[in-house]
Amino acid sequence: MLLASLLRANGSHSLPATESTIGGMNRREFAKFCAGVAATMGLPQAAGLRMAEAAATQARPPVIWLHGQECTGCTESLLRAEHPTLESLILDLISLEYHETLCAGAGHQAEAHKQKIMQENKGKYILVTEGGTPTKDNGIFCKVGGKTQVEQVREAAEGAAAIIAIGSCASWGGIQSADPNPTGAKPTQDIVPGKVVVNIPGCPPNPYNFISTVLYLLTFNKPPELDEKNRPKFAYGRLIHENCERRPHFDAGRFALEFGDLGHRQGWCLYKIGCKGPETSANCPAIGFGDVGFGSWPVGTGHPCFGCTEKGTAFHKPIHSLATVKTLTPPTAFPTVEGAKGWPADPAAVAILAGIGGALVGAGAVAASRMRGTPADDDDTSHPKS
Amino acid sequence: MHDAHVQPRPLGGRILTVPVAILTVLTLVGFYYIAKRYFFGIGAVANVNPGYPWGIWVAFDVIVGPAIGCGGFAMALLTYVLNQGKYHPIMRPALLGGLFGYTLAGVAVMIDLGRYFNSMNLLLPWHLNTNSIMLETALCVMAYVAVLWIEFSPAFLERFGLSKLRKTLERFMFVIIALGVLLPTMHQSALGTILAVNESKLSPLWWTQLLPVLYLISAVAMGYSVVAFEATLVSRGFRLKSELPLLSSIGRIILWLVVAFMFIRIGVIVLNGNLGLAFESTRAALLFWVETFLFGAAIVLLSTDRLRRTERYIFLSACALLLGGTFYRLDSYLLVYTGSPGWRYFPSVPELMITIGLVSLHVLLFILFCKLLPVLSNPPRQAAEAHAS
Repeated sequence: MLLASLLRANGSHSLPATESTIGGMNRREFAKFCAGVAATMGLPQAAGLRMAEAAATQARPPVIWLHGQECTGCTESLLRAEHPTLESLILDLISLEYHETLCAGAGHQAEAHKQKIMQENKGKYILVTEGGTPTKDNGIFCKVGGKTQVEQVREAAEGAAAIIAIGSCASWGGIQSADPNPTGAKPTQDIVPGKVVVNIPGCPPNPYNFISTVLYLLTFNKPPELDEKNRPKFAYGRLIHENCERRPHFDAGRFALEFGDLGHRQGWCLYKIGCKGPETSANCPAIGFGDVGFGSWPVGTGHPCFGCTEKGTAFHKPIHSLATVKTLTPPTAFPTVEGAKGWPADPAAVAILAGIGGALVGAGAVAASRMRGTPADDDDTSHPKS
Repeated sequence: MHDAHVQPRPLGGRILTVPVAILTVLTLVGFYYIAKRYFFGIGAVANVNPGYPWGIWVAFDVIVGPAIGCGGFAMALLTYVLNQGKYHPIMRPALLGGLFGYTLAGVAVMIDLGRYFNSMNLLLPWHLNTNSIMLETALCVMAYVAVLWIEFSPAFLERFGLSKLRKTLERFMFVIIALGVLLPTMHQSALGTILAVNESKLSPLWWTQLLPVLYLISAVAMGYSVVAFEATLVSRGFRLKSELPLLSSIGRIILWLVVAFMFIRIGVIVLNGNLGLAFESTRAALLFWVETFLFGAAIVLLSTDRLRRTERYIFLSACALLLGGTFYRLDSYLLVYTGSPGWRYFPSVPELMITIGLVSLHVLLFILFCKLLPVLSNPPRQAAEAHAS
């Protein structure tokens, strides 16, 4: 009934044989991929091998994926993952049992399957919430199968081994939680207080931050190290400002002052047009988006960071407002954007030019003074031809 | 006009004179820096930068140079197109001036281009960008340099007594002469078109869609002026009979060209409501008035018949017009041209010395050619005076 179930025949469940593949990767490639994941998470190389083994040998954990108040951008983002691809993630690494966007089944059938999986795998499945949860007026603003989102989340969280909140909406409430927050939208953590919710914020989050977290959970049966806002430290441990490729421009005082101005066209720092990089923690500058190489993230393409991974920044602060710089406040006396560039006039060059000018005027004046000041004909009349 | 005394002949005389020695030294200094540029790159000698990718080499050598070298073109227009045979005696020196003006502009481009060797792509039709105004300029200059050398080649053929070859060439000369009129028309106007596509980088005191027209008119006027300038100085310097009667009639043509130029130039500014810019205290306004004064002076100095028949005023008007035309080009290509904001440019000493070296080479070759080849046809002054008295 599920896409996953329909395609299951296609995927292989165990790794060991050399010819068997995981997500289109052979054993060697998959081991390398896991080593890469481990490296980006700051784990020792051996952890990569353990991840590869865990993913290959352990039964794939069922995943229940709930959609609340959101745009499905997080799922869209996940669709664009290349290593591994979404299908190898949901067919080989996890068993995606319920996902309203990707479900092959629908209606009561889908809801019944969800209930079945939750009962059969109590305490073993992973719950992923995408989207905020409305709480005002008993949460009537978002209902699936007759149940409000609050009920859905609480019910699914009850038997979950781990809860992951993907995206800014599930992590902080997202755009619908911005003032005046008409639906009383809240993050998943607020709906299930007392439970550990791993937040993968971003609008959308980088799919690899999600995949890496899932692999870590599979391998070590515990969430990766989290910061005070329950974000995995490997991905959200540093400010964007710290790894930004435009940081040297910030330090040198070269700022874009408006879109399309000289500084903006030159690729200078976007702080003064509202970049929230200095107060936002994420690994965007390091890993980029879309697997297309360096610079493929908002600041890299010339738009200020709007702080989607930071609580209280995106959707709460205007895009154009200045970020609160947490590391170093720029001094007021930076060099100006329009400072003189190029070389000043060399006195010798000025002297040569002045000399040429003087010589030309002088020579011209002398030549002219020696010439006849009266028409040649007057002269001819005074010297009649013989 | 086929009297014996209009037949051009070499001047002869001593080759190594004081001016020749000075010019040779300046040329050698220039070539020292040119060698340096080829060994160490443009950055080692020039102050050009990302804001001013072209400097004095382009603005003076490539833009002003050919305008001053327009004498050959302007005289061909008069002598052949309007069939005014009486101007034949000053045709060949005018051609010679144009020959070096254009050839050295081509040389300057090769110095200024970072990857000069890529210019061979201009000769490969499948590499041509037919939408580029630079392409037209480059091809016209290259073709016109070749045309000028062919147009001038009778001087060599006469000197070395190759009369048969000269007769053969004579049969095709009309094609070459026609090209010699067509190509500069295209090229001189194209120099204005380059700026016409740069509206945002130029003050409205200079920018107009009519820039190609203004560039062409001023180039022709400068061409006639350089003939007048050259002829007065040559007749004095080499002690030859003055060409004043011919220059006087050219003076009338110059007058109307400058009047037309100023009429369009000022008219466009007034019609577009930009005259106010001329009264601000900016560099652009100052330079605008310098130009206007020089062009205005040329008009005044040529305004009456009596003034036009006076050697001193013909000479001074030619100076004013050459300076005015030079300023017009330097201003629009360099002095009021803003490539990128924030950048400044002032030529370096080596950069200046290369330009000075090329100009010196121009004058040096002109003097040597006059002495060694049949270029000038006016009789020595004493002989003329003896003949007159």
